[in-house]
Amino acid sequence: MSRGVLSQSDWRTPRVRRTARTLHVVLLALLFVAGVGPMLWLAKAAVTPTQDTLRQPLSLWPNGFDFANLATAWTRVEIDKYFLNTVAIAAGAWLVQLLVATTAGYALSVLRPRYRKVLTGVILATLFVPAVVLLVPLYLTVVDAKLINTFWAVWLPAGANAFNILLVQRFFDNLPREVFEAATVDGAGSYRLFWSVVLPMSRPILGVVSVFAVIAAWKDFLWPLLVLPDPDLQPLSVRLPALQRFVELDVFLAALAISTVIPVALFLVFQRLFLKSGALEGAVKG
Amino acid sequence: MILDTRPAAPPRPSPPRRRRRRTPRTWVRGGGLTTLVFLLPMLVVFTLFSWLPIGQAVVMSFQETNLVSAATFVGLDNFRDVLSDPLLWTAVGNTLWFALLALLFGYPLPLLAAVLMSEVRRFRGVYSALAYLPVVIPPVVAVLLWKFFYDASPTGVFNTLLGAVGIGPVPWLQDAGIAMPALVIEATWAAAGGTVIIYLAALTGVAPELYEAAEIDGASVWRKVWHVTLPRLRGVLLVTFILQIIGTAQVFLEPFLFTGGGPANSTTTILLLIYNYAFANSLGGDYGAATALSIMLAAVLAIFSVIYFRVTRAWSAS
Repeated sequence: MSRGVLSQSDWRTPRVRRTARTLHVVLLALLFVAGVGPMLWLAKAAVTPTQDTLRQPLSLWPNGFDFANLATAWTRVEIDKYFLNTVAIAAGAWLVQLLVATTAGYALSVLRPRYRKVLTGVILATLFVPAVVLLVPLYLTVVDAKLINTFWAVWLPAGANAFNILLVQRFFDNLPREVFEAATVDGAGSYRLFWSVVLPMSRPILGVVSVFAVIAAWKDFLWPLLVLPDPDLQPLSVRLPALQRFVELDVFLAALAISTVIPVALFLVFQRLFLKSGALEGAVKG
Repeated sequence: MILDTRPAAPPRPSPPRRRRRRTPRTWVRGGGLTTLVFLLPMLVVFTLFSWLPIGQAVVMSFQETNLVSAATFVGLDNFRDVLSDPLLWTAVGNTLWFALLALLFGYPLPLLAAVLMSEVRRFRGVYSALAYLPVVIPPVVAVLLWKFFYDASPTGVFNTLLGAVGIGPVPWLQDAGIAMPALVIEATWAAAGGTVIIYLAALTGVAPELYEAAEIDGASVWRKVWHVTLPRLRGVLLVTFILQIIGTAQVFLEPFLFTGGGPANSTTTILLLIYNYAFANSLGGDYGAATALSIMLAAVLAIFSVIYFRVTRAWSAS
C-alpha cells in the first residue's frame, strides 16, 4: 500500500484534514490557471476579431466571433503546409530513432559482441557533451553532405541519441534470456529473434522512445531553423515566428492554436505514457 | 554468443570448416557479421553526426574557418578573441542571472507542488495532467503567446491583470531590468511540470515504513516532511539541480524569440552569442570563435559538475 506523509490518523484530525483540503483546492485552482488558462485564452482568441482581442484581452466572452480566422490560417497562411512539414519531420525522426535505438540495443544487449563494453562507453560518453558543442560542426557536416534543405538533415542527426540507446539497452537487458534461448532452439536466427521475439516484447519501451522522439521533433526550433532555410520545407516551430511579421494578429493566434492542438491531443490520449516517460527522464538521467 | 544467421542474411560465403582458430570466417560463422549488421545504423549515424562533429569541434576551435576559404590553424587566437569580446562578460553575467532566477522561481515551486500532490487521494491524475500541460505546448508557440501576454500597453494581458490591483503598466520586455525576470517566468512555467512529475515519481518510492516509524516516535506532519520526505528525495533533488544548471547555461529559445538579446543586451546569453558568432552574419560566420566559446562553456559545465558531485558526495558521507 502506498501512502504519503499523512497517515490515516492524521487524516482523521480535523485541523490537518482542513489544511490539506484547502491547500489541495488552492493548488488545483493554481494548476488550472497555469495549465489550462493560457490554452483556453488562445482558443478564444483564435476565433475573436483582432480589435476585440487587443482592446479587451481578458473579456470572458468576445463581442463577435470570427471563425474564418482558423480557415484563413489553415489555407491562406499555408499553416497546412507547415503542419505537414512538421508531421513529416517528426515521423522521419521517429523512424530513424527507433531503427537506431532498437538495432543497437539488440546488438549490444542480446548479441553481446566482445567489444560491447567499449562501444557502450563511447556511446554514453556523448551524453556528457552538451548539445551546443555540436551545433557548428554538425551544421558544417550537413552543409558538406549537401543535406541542407532536405528533411534528412533533421532526421539523421536525431538518430544519434545516446539516451534512447541507453533506455532500450537497459530494457533488453531485463528481458528473460530463457525466451531467447527457447526461440534459438526452435531454430530462430538473429533476425527472426529480433523481429518476432524481442521487438514484440518491448512495446512499453518503444512507446517511451516514441514519445520522446515525436515530442522532441515537434519542439525543435534552432536546428531546423539552421538546416531548412527554404520556407517551403520549414516546420511550424520555425515558420511561426517569421509569420508574425506579416499576418494579422487574429489569424496569427489562430495559427498558434492550430499548432497546439495536436501535441495536446496526443498528450490527453497517451497521458499515462507521457507521464511515465517524464518520470523516467529523471530516473535515468539520475 | 552463438546465434546462427538466417539464410536471408546479407551475402556471405558459406565457410568450410577447417581450423578452430579465430579467423574472419569463424567470426562470420559465430554471428560477428550479423552483430555488425545490427550495429550498422547506429555506427553510421553516430560517426557522422556525433563522434566526428565532437572531434571536429575541438579542431575547429583552433582554426580560422568559414565556408569560403580553406581552414587555417591559428593557435589560441579564437579563444583570445572570444575572451576579449566585451560582450562575452555581459553574456556570462546574463546567463548566470538567468540561472539564478530560474533556481529561485523554478526549484522550490515544483517540489512544494509535488509534495502537496502526493497527498491528494482522489483525482490525482487530474493534478498531474494539469501540471504537465504546459510542457506539452510547443515551446515556440508558448513563447509567442507569452510575448503577446507581455504586451507593454495598459491593455496587454498581464498589464490588464495587474491594472486591476493598481499596478503597472509594466514594460515587460522593453525594460532592461524586467526583461530577464519576464523570460524566466515564462521558462519556469514551461518547464516546472516536468520537474513535478519527476518528484512525484520519487515520492511514491518513499517506503511507508519510514513514515510509520516517524509516527511511532510522535513526529508531527512537518517533522515527517522535513526528516523523512526531503532526505529521501535528496538524490533526485541533487540531480535535478545540476540538470537545471546545465539546461539554463544553454538557454537560447527565450532570449532569441522574446527579445533577440535586447534591450541593451540585457538578455544576451552565451548561447545567443555563439549563435551570433556563427550564424547571424549571412556572409559566413566566425565558426572558430563559435566553437571556441562552446567548448569553453562545455568545459566550465564539466568542471562544475565534477566539483558538484565531489562536494555533494562528501556531504552524503558525513
